Amino acid sequence: MEKEITVTINGTAHTVKVEPRLLLVHLIRENLNMTGTHIGCDTSNCGACTVLMDGKAVKSCTILAVQANGKSITTVEGLATAEGLHPIQEGFKENHALHCGFCTPGMMLRAVELLKHNPNPTEEEIRWGISGNLCRCTGYNNIVKAIQYAGAKMRGDKLPSTEPQFV
Amino acid sequence: MIPAPFDYSSPTSIQEALNLLKKHGDDAKILAGGHSLIPMMKLRLATPAHLIDINSIPGLSYIKEEGGFLKIGALTREAMLEESDIIRNKYPIFTDASKLIADPQVRNMGTVGGNIAHGDAANDHPAVMIALRAQVIITGLQGTRTVPIDEFFHGFYSTAVQAGEILTEIQVPTPPKGTGSAYHKLERKVGDYATAGVAIQITVDGSGKCTAAGIGLTNVNATPMRAKRSEDALIGKKLDDNAINQAAHFAALDCNPSKDLRGDEDFKRAMVQTLTKRMIQKAVSRAK
Ligand SMILES: Cc1cc2nc3c(=O)[nH]c(=O)nc-3n(C[C@H](O)[C@H](O)[C@H](O)COP(=O)(O)OP(=O)(O)OC[C@H]3O[C@@H](n4cnc5c(N)ncnc54)[C@H](O)[C@@H]3O)c2cc1C
Ligand code: FES
Ligand code: FES
Repeated sequence: MEKEITVTINGTAHTVKVEPRLLLVHLIRENLNMTGTHIGCDTSNCGACTVLMDGKAVKSCTILAVQANGKSITTVEGLATAEGLHPIQEGFKENHALHCGFCTPGMMLRAVELLKHNPNPTEEEIRWGISGNLCRCTGYNNIVKAIQYAGAKMRGDKLPSTEPQFV
Repeated sequence: MIPAPFDYSSPTSIQEALNLLKKHGDDAKILAGGHSLIPMMKLRLATPAHLIDINSIPGLSYIKEEGGFLKIGALTREAMLEESDIIRNKYPIFTDASKLIADPQVRNMGTVGGNIAHGDAANDHPAVMIALRAQVIITGLQGTRTVPIDEFFHGFYSTAVQAGEILTEIQVPTPPKGTGSAYHKLERKVGDYATAGVAIQITVDGSGKCTAAGIGLTNVNATPMRAKRSEDALIGKKLDDNAINQAAHFAALDCNPSKDLRGDEDFKRAMVQTLTKRMIQKAVSRAK
């Protein structure tokens, strides 16, 4: 039996009728045509489908759309504003923190939640913090730098160098 | 992957949830964090006809000390345990465990109640609760009953929670002075279930003698397991290398691991032995 739900996505309320078995990621991608949220593994492991639900990073492939009824969702499409890119997006851009980009939306949304709880994380805290997000391209180093850059920008500190470091 | 069709309700009180459970009987399943159940439904390993989502029931998510117990509401998320000051200061074993459970996104959803109610020896909270000698509060239409953790795990995916009942709270006895606890699991990578895991709670008196010991093992037996002989090897003894080695030796002998991608039997026994030794030492160093 279909259920009527109202889910706010990036500030816009959507009232839709859905089957209870519809996954949140499918609601977002297929019913609402926002394809920035990716499906990497479909087995709750990779984090590509990460969105914020009431501010908390969650894997939208492991949540039913009906569970998001009355909740507020942020996807990657909701990060930039009229003023420009979100600091985390700027961090990824400036630090070359993506190659194919498949993991990037989920990675950025998890980073946003991490920086909210811990505005000045250590490298180790960042690596633990993104341990639910897999990247098969970058080797993570530039992702860590991007998150450090976004943290500095959000705190209003001096921005770290974006020059590549050879070790 | 898409689950098989099912009907869904989202009751807003325990009473309403219990009535729905009664109405749908064996066809119904409770949905808590959903991070064990939904993956199983996507693989069609579980095909409940009716899901009863308990997340809209208020008052099931809390961590508090009361009447000689630490009380954890069934819907308390792993992330709440990680952030709780009571837990960090007084029950570090939970901080050890939650850091190793899955990953941050899963911990934002997964609940402590669900972790135990799932009845999976690979989950981490069961062994911790065994070490802490917890008891589980189960609520049905007849009222509530209290089940000691040693009577809670019946078999693979089978627990003391019967059809028509909800696990509502977990109670951990406040440890006496001189108690320390620790948990560690060997995992191949973040998010993997334990190759082996060991949970320890130890109480020592002023003279350094062990007066109480709780030892739980993860994923090395069909059900979460108490290492009884290892506990007995410590109680009443000074915790020197001899006593600790003896307890670790018994844990390795008494567990029943099976060979899988994480390793063969001998390897797992060896890991149980090493982890038991290290966790006893860590728990003792934390005793206060
Ligand atoms: C990628 C990934 C990695 C993971 N790694 C780990 C790990 O390392 N260690 C670990 O311990 N867990 C791990 N998990 C499992 C995770 O911790 C689950 O969240 C947990 O096992 C179940 O809790 P839940 O709240 O999500 O329960 P659900 O999935 O909602 O429910 C699980 C079962 O318990 C029943 N149930 C739930 N709550 C109640 C209740 N209050 N009363 C009665 N029955 C109830 C349900 O009906 C269902 O049968 C992992 C999960 C994923 C997706
Ligand atoms: S697609 Fe959801 S975790 Fe991989
Ligand atoms: S950039 Fe390709 S997976 Fe991360």
